[in-house]
Amino acid sequence: MPFLNRDILTITDFDRKDFEELFLNADKILEKKIRKINLLEGKIMASAFFEPSTRTRLSFEAAMKRLGGDVITLVGEEAISIKKGESFIDTVRMLDAYSDIIVIRHPYEGAAKLAAEIAESPVINGGDGKQHHPTQAFIDLYTVRKLKGGIDDLVYGVLGDLKYARTANSFLLALAKFRPRKIYLISPDILRVRPETKDYLTRHNINFEELRDVKDVIGELDILYVTRIQKERFPDPMEYERVKGSYKLTMSILENAKPTLKILHPLPKVDEISRDIDHTEYAAYFTQARFGVPVRMALLTLIFGKEIA
Amino acid sequence: MSNESLRVRRIKEGTVIDHIPAGLALTVMQILGIKGKEENVIAMVMNVESEKLGKKDILKIEGKELKPEEVNKVALVAPTATINIIKDYAVVKKFRVSIPDEIRGIISCPNPTCITRREQIEPRFKVISRNPLKLQCEYCGTYVNREEVIQQLVK
Ligand SMILES: [Zn+2]
Repeated sequence: MPFLNRDILTITDFDRKDFEELFLNADKILEKKIRKINLLEGKIMASAFFEPSTRTRLSFEAAMKRLGGDVITLVGEEAISIKKGESFIDTVRMLDAYSDIIVIRHPYEGAAKLAAEIAESPVINGGDGKQHHPTQAFIDLYTVRKLKGGIDDLVYGVLGDLKYARTANSFLLALAKFRPRKIYLISPDILRVRPETKDYLTRHNINFEELRDVKDVIGELDILYVTRIQKERFPDPMEYERVKGSYKLTMSILENAKPTLKILHPLPKVDEISRDIDHTEYAAYFTQARFGVPVRMALLTLIFGKEIA
Repeated sequence: MSNESLRVRRIKEGTVIDHIPAGLALTVMQILGIKGKEENVIAMVMNVESEKLGKKDILKIEGKELKPEEVNKVALVAPTATINIIKDYAVVKKFRVSIPDEIRGIISCPNPTCITRREQIEPRFKVISRNPLKLQCEYCGTYVNREEVIQQLVK
């Protein structure tokens, strides 16, 4: 029972068989097309978003409601006023008193871990600064497994801001638990994967290579995971102007891609993937987004120790 | 204690920190907060021959016994150091410093957006490697190396 009453703080706490258990559960939820089931009746989820997020929060809340549970929410102005004054620790104590599970998104790294040290209820990290976004990684790998029949033996490209994007970071940490044939880490020099993540890949004997231009490897890729490059990350705006073209995915870049290539993106996307790709077989990000609710339903079910019949 | 360390006057009560890597005695003094304005006798010997280290520094501090937290600080900066506790001119206890598996509270996390920088909590670091020294923040995962540790401790 690896998920029972567990905090979900980082994807590194879970191994392949945990992923598999979660994925089988998500399969069941999709097969049965569950709209509403009273598994979590009487349970309350507190969703506390100290940083704006629409998708993550709504999909957690939808998941909880489809399972028959209730939701209380702390977002926007309320959360921001707490951000300024009251201690985060006191806020977590309050949420813990009012609910049975807490989902936290916070701009500071380690916030969810700290919350988990304080709260008695399980805490789910809904994204902490640039560090972790474990439930997104579960969804991402579930998508790969659905589209490709498995996660091992594929060639992955992860493109964009690999230094600050927590989604890319969690995706890489999750892949380290599997046997990808190779991972290409494609980013400008100043947005390379952080050393702690690189060490983690090395410790898990992952074959990876860093490069600047996706065109150099596009023909080899089975999965391309895209994140956005933000202008603000560049100390020199000229440098951004110089490199941005390499991080905008266009149909002409995809000319040399395998026909079976699938492109993932945690969404929301702005202009890092050109719109005409949306309608091609390559685009898997809308499918990926649709798995957000069932995977989170599967996770909540397991944390509360319930069984989908 | 080796002969060369006896070049300096023996102390009655206090601590002798031996086998400090050459050139680091001043840093060790700084991290222990010794300014030299205190009343007690402080002797520093730098760059003496050492079988183990080639060259080493020695620091003698009269009337001071190091607290465990201070010993940990010395270990982070001078991992080869040995500590001799002196009572009535004799060494009553001698031990080599060691870096614990976890560092609590001695340094703060260098990542400005780490939750430990915002909330009143004790920073905690896992020791990933002792030589070269590499710590990892248990909250935000940031690595901290020896230079950064020294920079913070001498402040
Ligand atoms: Zn930190």
